[in-house]
Amino acid sequence: MLTKRIIPCLDMTGGRVVKGTSFTNLRDAGDPVELAAFYYRESADELVFLDIGATPEGRDTMVEIVERVSEQVFIPLTVGGGLRSSADMRHMLEAGADKIAINTAAVLHPGLVREGAERFGSQCIVVAIDARQTGKGDQPAWEVLTHGGRKPTGIDAVEWAKQAVALGCGELLLTSWDADGHRAGYDLELTRRISEAVTVPVIASGGAGNLEHLYQALMAGKADAVLAASIFHYRTYSIREAKEYLAERGIPIRK
Amino acid sequence: MENKAIVIIDYGAGNLRSVANAIIKLGYQPKVTGRAEEVLEAAAVILPGVGAAGDTMRNLTESGMSRAILQLVAEGRPLFAVCMGMQVLLSGSEEGGWHQCLGIVPGRVKRLPPTLKTPHMGWNQVKQRMAHPIFDGIPDEANFYFVHSYYPEPDDPSVVAGTTDYGVSICSALAKGNLVATQFHPEKSGECGLKMYANFLRMALGER
Repeated sequence: MLTKRIIPCLDMTGGRVVKGTSFTNLRDAGDPVELAAFYYRESADELVFLDIGATPEGRDTMVEIVERVSEQVFIPLTVGGGLRSSADMRHMLEAGADKIAINTAAVLHPGLVREGAERFGSQCIVVAIDARQTGKGDQPAWEVLTHGGRKPTGIDAVEWAKQAVALGCGELLLTSWDADGHRAGYDLELTRRISEAVTVPVIASGGAGNLEHLYQALMAGKADAVLAASIFHYRTYSIREAKEYLAERGIPIRK
Repeated sequence: MENKAIVIIDYGAGNLRSVANAIIKLGYQPKVTGRAEEVLEAAAVILPGVGAAGDTMRNLTESGMSRAILQLVAEGRPLFAVCMGMQVLLSGSEEGGWHQCLGIVPGRVKRLPPTLKTPHMGWNQVKQRMAHPIFDGIPDEANFYFVHSYYPEPDDPSVVAGTTDYGVSICSALAKGNLVATQFHPEKSGECGLKMYANFLRMALGER
């Protein structure tokens, strides 16, 4: 049986791992290569690296980091942040990334999703969606944000998710902008709606504060994987503790 | 001097670097090459692969690699094929219409049922169906990392070395003499994956 994945996320800027609340107020959480090796030893199922600065210099630094990480970490690596062309994608894949996450560039140029999927395979292309709730009660709705959450687009998140899959992406990385950094749980409704609307795996992101939140995202949110940053970076919980907790509650987990 | 070269086949696609990193981590110096003659001289060959079946077959054929692979297998020399590398060993693939493949292992490559989330992405268990040196030190039902939308179905059940349950039973590993192939990615499967490559290289090179 396919297991549910636990994915620590390394938000990076200037070659260091940082983590903030709703994408601001960053705190340094350490060296990415060391942290990646640590999570690998702890049996993390995958790692995601996001360059939240999304600058050209950041991209070059990220290439070096991915090269170093892939020499010692033998689990899938997803890299995103500021990648705007298939040449950028190729660069990261050649450095040792397995999957490329695209967010703003995919919204601005949906053809990039198709191009990436055709050149490198759907399994390489992850569309990252930052969503913010705009409608509540009987008519819940979420809109897509771009540019690191700074720019509302008016695009419906569920519709965009379906379109991204139709364009050929192999996975969705879904972040709730309302929940991110608040440690009060994932946006379960958003996660469930998108997970039910698409045929590809969905990674839930944004809001993990305790292990029950991971469980809820997998059960009520119907996510295929859960991503978290601060609860792991600041050692609130270890990956092993998270896995033991979920396994005890009947979730299929790789020990 | 006995030839101990380990070659990773480069045919313009695939996750070569990850595979090379895994082999280096095990203490070997692999050679990544697209030259058929170097492949034919090697003591152990790895055929990696991600991407589409049609492109892969075209690349292999145009580079003359198809013929080298057929010769290697005919001579019973050690070959480890991974993911798309495994799929092209079969007679043909349904992916993107119908693509004739190498025909080394009779059978076909089929699309996962539409009721399942596709790709099959993540860690899943491999049930060992035969005693084989590649499984040395690896527990039965250990988890390996998968990412694929099509799966191989060999005609001959006796080549099936491992199976994996994803709604359908997938032939996730096959072995026939010195030919080994896996649908999962050992280079992305943590310590169990590294162990499997180490087992293959020990089998191929007869050392350690």
